[in-house]
Amino acid sequence: MPMDAREIETLIRESLPDAKVVIRDLAGDGDHFAAEVVSESFRGKSRVQQHQLVYEALKGNMGGALHALALQTSVPD
Amino acid sequence: MSDIQAWIDNEVKSNEIVLFMKGTPTFPQCGFSGQVVQILDYLDVPYKGVNVLENDDLRQGIKDYSNWPTIPQLYVKGEFVGGCDIIREMFQNQELQELLGSSKTVA
Repeated sequence: MPMDAREIETLIRESLPDAKVVIRDLAGDGDHFAAEVVSESFRGKSRVQQHQLVYEALKGNMGGALHALALQTSVPD
Repeated sequence: MSDIQAWIDNEVKSNEIVLFMKGTPTFPQCGFSGQVVQILDYLDVPYKGVNVLENDDLRQGIKDYSNWPTIPQLYVKGEFVGGCDIIREMFQNQELQELLGSSKTVA
């Protein structure tokens, strides 16, 4: 069951309440999204760790229902 | 450590640069794997490609090994560097070139 942008945003916000989240649907098929996530909880973490936080927030959907999520993470300025 | 984890661990530790991917460097079978292959080929660095499509235990095992849900996965000097997004980002800001000791700059 593909996901939609709102579901992804909601899941990310549940784990990262302060996050600023921008989701773009790349293909309109519920399977290929790009997401930019800005959150204080990324501060001091490597890129891999930052992305893992987002993947954990997506509760196992990543690589399953959600085939592709081009992810960009950063800390607030 | 299960057999597959031990096998993965050995591949990661005995190759300077190893890319767990879908398909092979000459025939990538997924856009994301293909993008990382393109970057590595452009940087002209020797690397080993491991095709996770050949073995389901490997395909799942590599995700458990790094706690990373997707393929491809690049390892350099025994360390997990990232998937397609991170490799592309590091390539664009020259971080990957430094890590791999390649002198090629972004075109």
